[in-house]
Amino acid sequence: MTISIDPQDSNTKNLQPKGWLRYFSFSLDHKVIGIQYLVCGFLFYLIGGTLASAIRIELASPMSDFMPRDVYNQVLTLHGTIMIFLWIVPVVNGAFGNYLIPFYVGARDMAFPRLNAVAFWLIPPSGLMLVASYFVEGAAQAGWTAYPPLSITTPQSGQIIWIMSVLLLGGSSIFGGINFIATIIKLRRPGLKLMQLPMYCWAMLGTSLLVVLSTPVLAGTLILLSFDIVAHTGFFNPVLGGNVVVYQHLFWFYSHPAGYIMVLPAFGLVSEILPVHSRKPLFGYTTMVFSIMGIVVLGLVVWAHHMFTSGTPPWMRLFFTIATAFIAVPTGIKFFNWVATLWGGKISINSAMLFSCGFIINFVFGGITGVALAQVPFDIHVHDTYFVVAHFHYIVYGGTVFIIFSSIYHWFPKVTGKLMSEKLGIIHFAITFIGFNLCFAPQHWLGLNGMPRRVAEYDPQFQFVNQISSLGALLMAISTIPFLVNIFLSIKNGKDSGDNPWNALTPEWLTSSPPPVENWEGEAPLVEEPYGYGKPISQEN
Amino acid sequence: MTTLDSSKEIKKNDSEASEHHEDFRMFGLITFLIADGMTFAGFFAAYLTYKAVNPLPDGAIYELELPIPTLNTILLLVSSATFHKAGKALLKNKNSDSQKWLLVTALLGITFLICQLFEYFNLPFGLTDNLFASTFYALTGFHGLHVTLGTLMILIISWQTRPKEGRITNQNMFPLEAVELYWHFVDGIWVILFIILYLL
Repeated sequence: MTISIDPQDSNTKNLQPKGWLRYFSFSLDHKVIGIQYLVCGFLFYLIGGTLASAIRIELASPMSDFMPRDVYNQVLTLHGTIMIFLWIVPVVNGAFGNYLIPFYVGARDMAFPRLNAVAFWLIPPSGLMLVASYFVEGAAQAGWTAYPPLSITTPQSGQIIWIMSVLLLGGSSIFGGINFIATIIKLRRPGLKLMQLPMYCWAMLGTSLLVVLSTPVLAGTLILLSFDIVAHTGFFNPVLGGNVVVYQHLFWFYSHPAGYIMVLPAFGLVSEILPVHSRKPLFGYTTMVFSIMGIVVLGLVVWAHHMFTSGTPPWMRLFFTIATAFIAVPTGIKFFNWVATLWGGKISINSAMLFSCGFIINFVFGGITGVALAQVPFDIHVHDTYFVVAHFHYIVYGGTVFIIFSSIYHWFPKVTGKLMSEKLGIIHFAITFIGFNLCFAPQHWLGLNGMPRRVAEYDPQFQFVNQISSLGALLMAISTIPFLVNIFLSIKNGKDSGDNPWNALTPEWLTSSPPPVENWEGEAPLVEEPYGYGKPISQEN
Repeated sequence: MTTLDSSKEIKKNDSEASEHHEDFRMFGLITFLIADGMTFAGFFAAYLTYKAVNPLPDGAIYELELPIPTLNTILLLVSSATFHKAGKALLKNKNSDSQKWLLVTALLGITFLICQLFEYFNLPFGLTDNLFASTFYALTGFHGLHVTLGTLMILIISWQTRPKEGRITNQNMFPLEAVELYWHFVDGIWVILFIILYLL
C-alpha cells in the first residue's frame, strides 16, 4: 500500500498559516520545521551563553563572590544541559537536517512529516520546563552528567524536572533519528544511488543510527535514576547496596556517542561548504563515507574512557584506550580530506569559508587533546580538571558551533533569498575566533596545573589565567552582536541573492531561493555529481 | 516516489491511499522497535552487572518461583499465534473471524497482566528491599507497561476490524500489521526477560 498527500488538493495545506505566522504553527513543511529548530535553538543558545558569562564572571576571582556556591552549581548544570540538549543537538541535527535532507534525497518532505512536527514541538516545552526549574526550588545541581550519588542527595525537585526534560528531549531526538533514517534510505528519488548522496546525508545517517541505538539507553538509565530519587530504590545509591559505576557505564553509553551526535553532522556540513567555496570536488568521497561509518561503529564501543578513574579494571582500560585511539584514524582521514579539498582550490574568503576554516583549526586541536585524554596515565592526571573543559569546548564550540555559524552564512541566501553582509560576517568571525581561543586555550594550562572543573572557587595562583579566559568569554559574548545585527539587517535590506549565489551544484540550490512549498516546481532534479566542480562550464550551470 | 503526476487519479480522503511513494511506516516502526529494544538492553545490562559484581547482603530475600512466569510465557506465545491467525483471516477478507482472534489475543494479554499482578502480590520481596528486587520490578514493570499498551492497541484495532464500516480492511492492513509486529516484539522481549530473570 502506498500513501501520499496531493499538494494541490490536500486540506492540510490550506489550513497552514502563511507568512511569518507559520513559524508558530504545527507546520508539516520540513523547511518551516528546520527554521523552527534553528531559531528555537538559537534562543536557548542565548540563555546558555548568558549562563556561561555568569560562570566566567564568577571565575574571574578565586572566591565565590558573584553568586553563592549552590547557585553556581545550578548555573553550571543548566549551561551544560541547555547547550547540549537544546542548542547543539537540535540545531545541528534537527535544523539543518530537516532543511537540507529532503532536498538532498530529491524529496518533497521528510518521510514522516507529522512525527517531525511532534519531534520539534517537544523541545520548547521541555526547554522552558528546564529553565523554569530554577525558579521552583532551584535547578538541578549535579552537572549535565547527573552522576549519583550527587544527583540523589541534592534537592530533588530540580533534579526530577531535569530528568523529565531530558527524557522529553531524548524522545524528540529519537523521533528525529527515525525520520532521518527513513528519509535517507527510503525516500531517495528514483535513480539516485546511495554513493551519490551529498556527504551531509551520510553524516546524518550515521548520527541517526547513533541516536536510535544509544539515546534509549540514557532514557532507561534516567528512569532508574528517578526511581532512586522518588521511590528510594537503590540502583545507584551505594548506601542501599547500589552501584554508581553502573550508572556511569549506562550514561556514557549514550553520552559518548552524544559527542558524535553533536559533531558528525558538523563534519557533513563542512563537507558541503568547503567544495562550494573552493570550487573543487570533495576529496576522497568514498573514504569520507567509510570514515563516518567507522566513527559510528567505534563511537559505540569507547564509552568507558570517561571512567578511567572510576575503578575500571585494567583490561577494560586497555581495551577502551586502544579503541579510542583508533577513532583518530577515521577522524584524521576526514581532516586530511578537507585540507586536500582546499588544496589548490579557487578559494573565496567569505564568512562561511572563514568559519569552516576556523572549524578545521579548532577541531584538529580538540582532536589532538582528545587522543591525549584517551591515554590512561595522562587521563588520570587531568581527569575532572579544566583540561577536559578545554578539550570538550574545542570540539563542541570550536568545532560544531563554528560550523553552525558557517552554515547559517552559507544557507541564509537559500532560506531568505537575500545575501548577508560579508563585512559584518568577517567581524563576527574575527571576534569569535579570537575570543574562543583566548577563552579556552589557557584552560589547557589550568587543567594541567590541577585546577578542578565545576567548582566555584580555586587557588588564587590561577587568577591571572582565569581572567584571560574570562576576557575571551566576554569577546565571545560580544561576537553575537554583529551576528544578530547582520541577520536583522540582511532580512530587512539584504541584497537579492538570486537562486544560486555560490554557483553550487548540490540539489538544494537547483530550485528557487527561497524554495517553493513542495521544494521543486516540477520533478526533482537528479544530481549524480553533487561535487562536480572544476568541470567544463556547461555542467556548472 | 514523490514525483507528482497530475494525470493520475488521487484519492482525497485525508492521508490515505494514493499512488505516490511506497509505504515506509513499517520501516519507521522497525527502527522505533530497535530503539525500544535498546532501552531493555540497558536494563538487562544493569541487571546482569548487578548479578556479577554486587552480591546480595546477608538476610536479603530474592527468590523467584517458576510456575506463574512459565504460564505467562505460554500465554504470550499463544497470543502471538492467535494474532497471526487474525492477520491470516483478514487477508482472506473474513473480518469477523479476524476480530474474534484479536479479542482472544487481547484476552490472553489481560490474563498475562492479571497473572503478573498476582505474582507481584505474592513475592516475598518489595520494590525497595534490595538491588535485585528493584531491578526485577523495574524490568518486569517496564515490560508490563508494554503489554498494557499492546493490549489497549489490540482492543482498538479489534474494534476497527469490525465487519461493516471498520477502518481496517483487506485494503488497509497496516494498523493490524503494525500492532502485530509490536506484539511479537513484546513477546520476544518477554522470552529474553524470562531466561535472564528466572532461569539464569
